[in-house]
Amino acid sequence: MATYKLNTPISEEEIRNLQVNDVIYISGTMFTARDQAHRRALELYKEGKKPPLEMEGLAVFHCGPIVRKEQDKWMIVAAGPTTSTRMELFEDEFIKNFKVRVVVGKGGMGPKTTDAMKQYGAVYGAFTGGAAVLAAKAVKNVKSVEWFDLGMPEALWILEVEDFGPLTVAIDAHGNNLFKDVQEKVEENKQKIYQKLGV
Amino acid sequence: MKIETLVEDVGVKLLQLAVTKLPQDVKESLQQAYREEENGAGKTQLEAILKNIDLAEKTSTPMCQDTGVIIFYIKAGAQTQNLDKIEKALSKATIRATKEVPLRPNAVNPFTQKNSGDNTGRYVPFIHWEIVSGNTIEITVLPKGGGSENVCSLGMISPGTGVKGLKNFVIDTVMNAGAKPCPPNILGVAVGGGADIAMKLAKEALLRPLNEPNPDPELAKLETELYDAANMTGIGPMGLGGKFTVLGVKVDYAHRHPASYPVAVAFQCWAARRASARIHADGTVEYLTHKVM
Repeated sequence: MATYKLNTPISEEEIRNLQVNDVIYISGTMFTARDQAHRRALELYKEGKKPPLEMEGLAVFHCGPIVRKEQDKWMIVAAGPTTSTRMELFEDEFIKNFKVRVVVGKGGMGPKTTDAMKQYGAVYGAFTGGAAVLAAKAVKNVKSVEWFDLGMPEALWILEVEDFGPLTVAIDAHGNNLFKDVQEKVEENKQKIYQKLGV
Repeated sequence: MKIETLVEDVGVKLLQLAVTKLPQDVKESLQQAYREEENGAGKTQLEAILKNIDLAEKTSTPMCQDTGVIIFYIKAGAQTQNLDKIEKALSKATIRATKEVPLRPNAVNPFTQKNSGDNTGRYVPFIHWEIVSGNTIEITVLPKGGGSENVCSLGMISPGTGVKGLKNFVIDTVMNAGAKPCPPNILGVAVGGGADIAMKLAKEALLRPLNEPNPDPELAKLETELYDAANMTGIGPMGLGGKFTVLGVKVDYAHRHPASYPVAVAFQCWAARRASARIHADGTVEYLTHKVM
């Protein structure tokens, strides 16, 4: 397990160098996208239109932040990760079409995303669930907000971040998925636990 | 000062304390887990949790964006006057805290899906009442997050399987929950009473400090046994692997119907937020879980 600091735009080569259990910190541009923003971006792509942001080499963050407007400036109050499995529906297409290099969230993702990450060169960075203050502290600036009509949590918040992390690489670009490994280990431990409890 | 004004002010303070600062027992338990965790990924998560708690405390910011659904537990002295004013006062406190702290509005009508915007609504905040002797009012707030609530589970298991069945149900519930309840968790486990009573007791058990083992030696033994078993699963902090899946297990029980054996498991995420205060008859307020200057 190694620690890396990555600056956006992140290259495919840098991503292929990472292994599960590595820790990464991201500086540069990161944007939030939940279910609705994923759907809209993919619909635009299908129509041959471009989303309002060049996403190649960037990090997408599964997050519905609490944002406050002070004078004319948006400020992030809290920005913890949301459960990523909801985006399993879209993420493979999203990675394929937009070449995002890091997907940030909590709880892990499934086989479709794992395959897309291997094929197109991306990783999943697990951020600590609930660690909203730590996340907000790494956001230096809200660059802009797009698709605000989707509502505050679902909008596309484009953020300038510095050393955003720690993110544990839980899915790498070689087909490894740490959450799946842990689940398999839990399954292996089951009989031993039953025995110890006498059940 | 009128009792309703005092209760409202104490309510706001308790909510602010609860969401920005963990009780000492929880903090110490997370620190110990960080020192003893051997899995790299798990340790990284615990380190992030500790940093986050520290930042939240220093900046008086909610430690998690999900500030929960608000539940109050009240022990009301039978000699206290104006107890009928308390419910309204705590509702007002919740509305004020939502603006002042701030809290995320988390009260949604299940039919219209409309969020009330101020954390109040039908049966929200919910108040559990207990009448005790004396003339003080003890108020505890439990802001309960959604992620850990979603994996709470009730098993109406066969009485024939007894305690074995209970252990089996609890450990299966933990393994099924996996990363979802933001581990390391605290588990409240209760058996007996009936479906509603078992779950009420399980959730209430989460209020018992981590450094207070069960006063009943047999139940204390069961708590340790379930704690060891849950930490053998390997789920670990945030489900990324490791030996700290739970920080503690708290067991309670009620006598049961001969034909029923209800087992309830209540999950609490690592952000185990709770705060208590006692209001004395002369109007002085004593904070029980947090140091207040």
